[in-house]
Amino acid sequence: MTALAWLIPVALGLGALGLAAFLWALKTGQFEDLEGASYRALEDEPPGDETGRN
Amino acid sequence: MTAHPTDLAKQAANAAPATLTLAVEDMHCGGCLRSVERAAMRVPGVDSARASLAAKRLTVTYDPAQAGEVALIEALGRVGFTASLMDSAKQDRGDGRQNYLLRRVAVAGFAAMNIMLLSVAVWSGESGDMDPALAALFRWLSALIALPTVVYAGAPFFSSAYAALKGRRLNMDVPISLAIVLATGMSLYQTMLNTEQVYFDAAVTLLFFLLVGRYLDETLRVRARGEAQNLLSLQNGIATVIDPDGMRRQVAANALRPGDRLLVAAGERVAADGRVVSGRGQIDQSLITGETAPASVETGTQIYAGTLNLTRSLEMDVTAADDATLLAEISRLMLAAEQGKARYRRLADRAAQIYAPAVHGLGLATFIGWLAFGATWQTALTYAIAVLIITCPCALALAVPAVQIAAASRLFKRGIMVKAPDGLERIAEIDTVVFDKTGTLTLGKPQLIESECISDDVLASAAGLAAASRHPYSRALVAVAERRLGAVQPTSGIEETPGEGLSCGDERLGSAEWCGVETGDARGSRVWYRRGKEAPVCFRFADGLRPDAAETVAELKRRGFGVALLSGDRQAVVAQVAAEAGIDTWHAEMKPAGKIAWLEERAKEGRKVLMAGDGLNDAPALAAAHASISPASAADISQRAADFVFQGAKLGPVAEAIDTGRRAHRMAFQNFGVAAVYNAICVPLAMAGYVTPLIAAIVMSSSSILVTLNAARLAGGGRR
Repeated sequence: MTALAWLIPVALGLGALGLAAFLWALKTGQFEDLEGASYRALEDEPPGDETGRN
Repeated sequence: MTAHPTDLAKQAANAAPATLTLAVEDMHCGGCLRSVERAAMRVPGVDSARASLAAKRLTVTYDPAQAGEVALIEALGRVGFTASLMDSAKQDRGDGRQNYLLRRVAVAGFAAMNIMLLSVAVWSGESGDMDPALAALFRWLSALIALPTVVYAGAPFFSSAYAALKGRRLNMDVPISLAIVLATGMSLYQTMLNTEQVYFDAAVTLLFFLLVGRYLDETLRVRARGEAQNLLSLQNGIATVIDPDGMRRQVAANALRPGDRLLVAAGERVAADGRVVSGRGQIDQSLITGETAPASVETGTQIYAGTLNLTRSLEMDVTAADDATLLAEISRLMLAAEQGKARYRRLADRAAQIYAPAVHGLGLATFIGWLAFGATWQTALTYAIAVLIITCPCALALAVPAVQIAAASRLFKRGIMVKAPDGLERIAEIDTVVFDKTGTLTLGKPQLIESECISDDVLASAAGLAAASRHPYSRALVAVAERRLGAVQPTSGIEETPGEGLSCGDERLGSAEWCGVETGDARGSRVWYRRGKEAPVCFRFADGLRPDAAETVAELKRRGFGVALLSGDRQAVVAQVAAEAGIDTWHAEMKPAGKIAWLEERAKEGRKVLMAGDGLNDAPALAAAHASISPASAADISQRAADFVFQGAKLGPVAEAIDTGRRAHRMAFQNFGVAAVYNAICVPLAMAGYVTPLIAAIVMSSSSILVTLNAARLAGGGRR
């Protein structure tokens, strides 16, 4: 039974980690343009080249 | 937005980056996305540019000292995208609310899963050898997760219920809030007493499913609202002002004032109402009049904002700009007509009016009934909560939005955009379809007719010349040549004499006069081509019916809809189009007010009309009809007034939209049926005390899933 003492916090912690990751992704606008993101994945140029000024 | 002037000055000195949002038309794929971003990045002073395909918008941060909206719009224009500035007041798509709900969906989902896991352990150990202290620990853990979740994720329901009660109304959120608060409060009390009647799982699962429904509903609204704002901003172009000292500068169209002198280049839209002061040429007034043949203008002619300058640059004096233009005036008329539509009460709202009092009544009856029969107040309250949860209006909170999302995505795949969320409900009720002629029943663009009489050789040469011009007739000619001969390369060394024609060496393409042809027929719908001294060839143009117009009309009639044609055009033309399309009821030479009067007469007869129209002159009628649909080629304002917008050259989407609307309506009622059957079985059981809140929550959830799956059937079927 003592195993529960750390299993439950770990289970809850992992769940909370997933929740935090989702909220972070939402906050940083990663769900704002799902359609565009599917095309950006096909871009060959590295994201650092975004400026187009080279 | 009331920054102090000195603050502003300080900001400018520090060159604080500014942000603006542009609506970008015609952005459809990853390639477009990159071109748009790259074009914007090349403008000096731009720090970052991020385009969104879903919203069809571009957000730019830039140094206001170096760049501005004018430079950006021009840069995008050079790579072939029409961009326009979003009014900062209008650029909120409302996705803040969407994210607000999504955050709560995530939290409620997390909490529901964890509490459910703990509960499964407690319930399964119930009759066995589970340590009572451990069960108590699990209940306290559930409480620890549930309480913050209910406060956080329940906020949308609580605030809405509070607002309703304050206004002395009842809405769906009142019973929902009551059920959640009672279940949570009751469970907390039982946890403290260390008894078994703990139902945090029920409360949080309920919350999760309800939030999913709210979120789906909001998604549809955001999409519709964003599209409407993009359309609206298309009036916000840029214009070239000629200062009294002859200097030219670019300004945003909404900054123009009466008295400004404007230069309107060929191919540009006129930015304000005014009079031509120098130059003559042709303009496309189809946005205002619906007439497709270009109109000639010269010094002194009144021209209107939104018309397209076709041939050569004109100078004009602004008489009215921004909110005072004819375009803005018609837009206001249309808004007034739209007020009538606001009276339409959505299906879910109508159901709520009956449902909410019934639910409260049943819950209260259960509580009092059990007390009267001598139960303890805890038991009576538990049963009352079970009734509230069982009757929880999921069919209303989830089923109707789920059906609408499914129907909207089905239509979207077929090139039809649903702009008004309740449009689907209204289009299901119509029994009469009324078409406008130009641009709706017809393509609204001149088409080359009898082209089979023209030899490939002549067509190729003429198209080579025409490719250099943006006149509608030239474009129609090139389109035919491309269909028949493949890609058309413009001949080099072409000179265009605006309003008359094109020449290259000894080849000429243009008006009869330009080609030296003697003709008694002065009608404008023909163009001549002549090479040297050879006999001239005549190209004739007409506005053709959409390819499946007759078919669609026949299909609508077969299904028992009344079909009518209302047009502002002349009797003879309308009669001919009506005959070709197979429409028996038609009226010609109708003004916008006449169309509205006609629609009102039909409404008095008890008929529900779907108006299909495109011109600015149709906009008030579109707003006044029971439901409305516009082609994507329509005037911005008509698209705004319409409930649906369809793409492509075919008329079939009109029938498709009606069909899907009716299926969605049937499905919403099926879902109400599912909910009614389920309530009829479960409510008596709950009132009799056979259903614990946990079972209630599970049964309620499965009915929600059933209803959502039913709706998903509608989204089936691939792209056509």
